[in-house]
Amino acid sequence: MQARQGRIGLILFAIYLVLYGGFVLLNAFAPEMMERLPFAGINLAILYGFGLIVAAFLLAMLYGFLCGDHTRSKGPQEGGE
Amino acid sequence: MIYEPSFVAVAIFCVFVGFTLGLSFWLGSRAKSSAGYFAAHGQIPWFVNGIAFAGDYLSAASFLGICGMIAFYGYDGFLYSIGYLAGWIVALFVVAEPMKRLGRFTFADALDAKFQSRGIKLAAGISTLAVSVFYLIPQMVGAGVLVQPLLGFPHWVGVLMVGATVIVIVVTAGMVSTTWVQFLKGSLLVVFSAVLTGMILARGFTVKPGGDDGYAFRTLGPIDVSGVIEEEIAALPELDGEELVVPKGAWTESPFVRTRDPQDGAVTVWSLEEQKSSGTVLLREAQTVTETADGQLLVNGRPKGDEKGEPELHPVGHVTKLPDGQTKTGPVGLLSFFSTLQESEVVLWGNEKIREDDGTVTTVYYQRPTAGSRILRPGEHPRFAGIRSGKFIDKLNFLSLMLALFCGTASLPHILIRYYTVKDEASARKSTIVGIASIGFFYVLTLYLGLGAMTSGAMDVTNSNMAAPLLAKGMSELLFAIISAIAFTTVLGTVSGLILASAGAVTHDLLTNVFNMDLSDTEKVRVAKISSVVVGAVAIVLGILFEELNVSYLVGWAFSVAASANLPSLVMILFWKGTTRQGVIAAVVVGMTSSLAWILLSGDTFSKVYGLPAEDAIVPFSQPGIVTIPLGFLTLVAVSLLTRSSRPGEPLAETV
Repeated sequence: MQARQGRIGLILFAIYLVLYGGFVLLNAFAPEMMERLPFAGINLAILYGFGLIVAAFLLAMLYGFLCGDHTRSKGPQEGGE
Repeated sequence: MIYEPSFVAVAIFCVFVGFTLGLSFWLGSRAKSSAGYFAAHGQIPWFVNGIAFAGDYLSAASFLGICGMIAFYGYDGFLYSIGYLAGWIVALFVVAEPMKRLGRFTFADALDAKFQSRGIKLAAGISTLAVSVFYLIPQMVGAGVLVQPLLGFPHWVGVLMVGATVIVIVVTAGMVSTTWVQFLKGSLLVVFSAVLTGMILARGFTVKPGGDDGYAFRTLGPIDVSGVIEEEIAALPELDGEELVVPKGAWTESPFVRTRDPQDGAVTVWSLEEQKSSGTVLLREAQTVTETADGQLLVNGRPKGDEKGEPELHPVGHVTKLPDGQTKTGPVGLLSFFSTLQESEVVLWGNEKIREDDGTVTTVYYQRPTAGSRILRPGEHPRFAGIRSGKFIDKLNFLSLMLALFCGTASLPHILIRYYTVKDEASARKSTIVGIASIGFFYVLTLYLGLGAMTSGAMDVTNSNMAAPLLAKGMSELLFAIISAIAFTTVLGTVSGLILASAGAVTHDLLTNVFNMDLSDTEKVRVAKISSVVVGAVAIVLGILFEELNVSYLVGWAFSVAASANLPSLVMILFWKGTTRQGVIAAVVVGMTSSLAWILLSGDTFSKVYGLPAEDAIVPFSQPGIVTIPLGFLTLVAVSLLTRSSRPGEPLAETV
């Protein structure tokens, strides 16, 4: 269970890394692309930026859903305080 | 600008703080043990902890700093929003659950879980203290910046008030109280930001000649540059009676022209704006703040007044053109807010200091009418302008910053300790998800708030930190009072978390584990409270000393140091069995010192702190992240390989 959750976590992390990395590299090496207006008169910079925020939330929810209520392990609890 | 202390603001502020303190005392009775003091007995419900993450994390830098940056320069402030939030993904997917599994109270616990090494605890404890103090300075400076205009008190009073209140909160109840304060603050911040955003959308955009005070900034010309400029200007009919001032000294090289009103001698500065298409020049009225050598303060050429109606800087932030020649848009939607702005023109303001030979310093705030398409694209702010330059090194600075933001969140000690306040890993995970949702939602709002402030006509041209509260003031006095009180308690919330993390570092990590002081549980709590007071006092002093320094700049420091010092060890412990304790110690020490050294030797620090020219700086670009974070990883790997025999017996992935 722990290994499976760990793997899901890393896969989702890798997905986000690609999305974020794409945003950062585009801004650094092709900033003109960010001025294009692909949708509803709004530029790519804003759409991609919002997209990253929404994606973070969706991936987080997906992770929560896939892991269920399971704890990877019972860690050290506060023993007798 | 003249800020009148608002009675309503003070009243609401006292109610907030009073309620917070009351809550703190009431909850204080439950936190007698160290488990209670540092980790709230691990009994904070995950939803509450999640919102508390937001309350902890969304500090003055986020609310005031980002909105202010967007209000003054456009899109670029939003890059911080994106970077800060992305860091939470690292926290959730890489760090949260393992952290919970490995430790009891602090970050050093987690790092040391398999090694039982005093060296690690020492390095981690010091790293926690260093990062927390760096993070504290901008918060305290932010408090001073807020209080000054709101309550009319000088900067140091604001700093003292925050410091004292936080010390009382942290000393009386520790993590339990801090958590509930942050929960409260987080909810209020998100809710009222949403309300403010709704009001911005309902108001829409209107073309105006100036700010909220109704003053219309004058534009003269166009002047033909082929002739003698001075004669052309003097011949302008609108310059009714005003004489041209002959430029001398520092003014001769500047892009400004001055005229004098013969009646009271007041000097108005105009910026010269080239109209490339017609080869002519326009004169745009600028605002000025002049400090004479004998200490007199002049605003727009006249002595600064203290009461309303007397000479002061005009509030700014007006739209000069709307799409299709409209003058008023009426309410706009979530998407049409941007598409409308894209086709509009807004007046932004730049500033330049002119130092004359007799010691007079004039700061000129000049108009920069900017097209919406430029405002909404990245790269307009001086710190980010590098992305448009052809040189790779400038782009490297940008990449480095985005990397530090991405890695920094998961490495901040005061965020990491919040994993110990919930009862198990599932709760740690769920609370992080709630945190991400609320923080993400808030960051979406910052773009609306910043751009709304930019077009509000209520901004103070000298102070971008006040953009969000002033936006609220322009809407409703009550909302302003509430937002200001929230902004202030924002600082309270973050500072509490930081002081607690520092107290934990001192008590739990350094004294107990490194110096092997055998303290009973009650003694530990007492020591923690004493260290809270000491750290709080240090923070107050530093906050007063660093008044002049840019807030978001300091926060960037903290992120870079945290990411370089803490993240390599945290990640490698989880994923590489070859990690040795010497590797961890080396990585923390090298990461922390290299990022600190880089910052101290960078162009930004040279120009802003030492006052030396930025070109003399020793390092090629200012943000250390892209160099020092990999350096931390490399150091850990190299040292671990060299000390192979000290590897712990069991593989790390299994539970003990």
